[in-house]
Amino acid sequence: MQKALTRGPSFAQRPAGLRPGWLAAGVAAVLVALVAGVSLGPVSLPPGSVAAELLNLLPGVRLDSGLSEREIAIVTELRLPRVVLGLLVGGLLALAGGCYQGVFRNPLADPYLLGVAAGAGLAVTAVISLGAVAGGAPTGLPLTVPLAAFVGSLGAVAMTYLLGVAGGRGRSTATLILAGVAVSAFLSAGQTYLLQRNSDSIQQVYSWLLGRLATAGWHDVRLVLPYFLLTTVVVLLHRRELDVLSVGDDEARSLGLHPQRSRYLLIAAASLGTAAAVSASGLIGFVGIIVPHTVRLLAGSSYRVILPLSLLFGGAFLALTDVVARTAAAPAEVPIGVVTALLGGPFFVLVLRTARRVLT
Amino acid sequence: MFRRTPRLFAATLAVAALALGACAEKSSDDAPAPGGSSAAAAFPATVGKLTLDKRPEKIVSLSPTATEMLFAIGAGKQVTAVDDQSNYPPDAPKTDLSGFQPNAEAIAGKSPDLVVLSNDTNKIVDQLTTLKIPVLVTPAATTLEDSYRQLADLGTLTGHPDEAADVVTRMKDDIAKLTKDLPQRSAKLTYYHELGPELYSATSRTFIGSIYALAGLENIADAADADGKNGGYPQLSQEIIVKANPDFVFLADTKCCKQSPETVKARSGWAGVTAVKNNQVVALDDDIASRWGPRVVDLLRAVVDAVAKVPA
Repeated sequence: MQKALTRGPSFAQRPAGLRPGWLAAGVAAVLVALVAGVSLGPVSLPPGSVAAELLNLLPGVRLDSGLSEREIAIVTELRLPRVVLGLLVGGLLALAGGCYQGVFRNPLADPYLLGVAAGAGLAVTAVISLGAVAGGAPTGLPLTVPLAAFVGSLGAVAMTYLLGVAGGRGRSTATLILAGVAVSAFLSAGQTYLLQRNSDSIQQVYSWLLGRLATAGWHDVRLVLPYFLLTTVVVLLHRRELDVLSVGDDEARSLGLHPQRSRYLLIAAASLGTAAAVSASGLIGFVGIIVPHTVRLLAGSSYRVILPLSLLFGGAFLALTDVVARTAAAPAEVPIGVVTALLGGPFFVLVLRTARRVLT
Repeated sequence: MFRRTPRLFAATLAVAALALGACAEKSSDDAPAPGGSSAAAAFPATVGKLTLDKRPEKIVSLSPTATEMLFAIGAGKQVTAVDDQSNYPPDAPKTDLSGFQPNAEAIAGKSPDLVVLSNDTNKIVDQLTTLKIPVLVTPAATTLEDSYRQLADLGTLTGHPDEAADVVTRMKDDIAKLTKDLPQRSAKLTYYHELGPELYSATSRTFIGSIYALAGLENIADAADADGKNGGYPQLSQEIIVKANPDFVFLADTKCCKQSPETVKARSGWAGVTAVKNNQVVALDDDIASRWGPRVVDLLRAVVDAVAKVPA
């Protein structure tokens, strides 16, 4: 793995590759989230019965779990898709966050800061409030919402990018962030305006804005899965280029890369992933910035490490957060966006404090 | 992250919109009983602290429920403008005035001699009072008595006390008739009232819950807001609903969110729920199910009809 970069220009500190130990930890986290996700919920079911029902999903297995028809439905039709969706969405958000940070060479870049979330929010609000969602799918969202979210997020990134990089002088980090702030504020204002004009849909839109996995079903999983695969494959295939881009465009060119082309491709992939995640689950903040950073601080600063681990830990983080969301106030639900912020904030500070000693 | 503040605000707004004013604000009660005698249009008329010297002829209603009440008691001709949510009766003079974000200047532009509001957002009551415009606040009812009192108050202030009393009597009679013949059951039937596809519901403590209680139904949402901290409007988990296995699902999100018995049937995991199995998913009119005006009788009728179909 190291080989690809050793031919390149000399890095002062060459980032280390992905260690098997961390990969194993990531996979373990996903498994823990999966097990916790299907066993814990507002309705308490015997763990043995839940396990039996899960095994029954495998072909050829027929175990008697002693659960009623409705309890079986709770495990296989409600909890399992919810956990799987949590894994996909969390993984996507964290992966996209890590990818943006690499593309923009900016450790603060995340879907929120770049205006992606605001763009998706505005577009989805427009679609919902203008009634384009009429006759939507039962519990998931119809295709218009992911499409709108994608167009919105891509538009927002383009605005931020043009304002901050192409329009500004040089590639200053501060310019990009400020551009993101301006674009976000602008798009949020547009969204607020739309909502005021169409107060009928306020409840629907706000509920979506707060983030939710509450009504997830297999339908949502099927909706997100293709985008998940596409984004993951594209981004992970280009993880080495992100390392090169992080050093500089000239360096990249000297290695035979087209920095601009790679950049556009990665932005599109990350935006597509974010849009798919956002359309299925609403705006869930914090995952895109917190997970890649934590990975960076703990496991290494190469994107070859950050991206795959962000995918795994991001998924596990969100799936576990969702367990909190649905059990903390059971039988009522807590919006998952609130939980990610409440858990994520303090946790992040803790990691920063611990890691500062390591970094300095 | 700097979006967190707007989002919290959003949450508050969402809850507010949902609750449609579950605010515990006390209405202008202890109003003197409407004239009683034939003194139909006795002015000056007083409700609480508000006194009108003569019959108002230019009423602005910023509450869909108040609009329905005003038209029901025969004061419709005096109503000159209603808010953008007031869609019943169809001939109500709908404008782009907002009841959620009332704007004093826009209201004053209609030069009203009475404004009826359901909640005091943006300090609108103070602003209108400063402009010497009389305001009556008719907050979301929490009991049928609240509805009756608001009808009486509006009757007094608009010069239609007898018609208002008639409407109240008719409502009481209809409700008594509807609930009289309910079959006796050994075990109460249960229901889930859906406010939105995000599974927000209303508990028995709410006005809507009290209507279902009249029909002898038991609410599966009550445990989700036992302490009342959600104002009676908790968001339920799908698995709680499936586990609770309600006998009825009542959809108050058919217009806003296009939900129907078919969409409920198609939700993953819901097929085994009694309400779905026995075709007891009932589509309601969102508006009727969220207002506390005279049409509450229609809501009760829909509920009672559904209940009557289930053999005791």
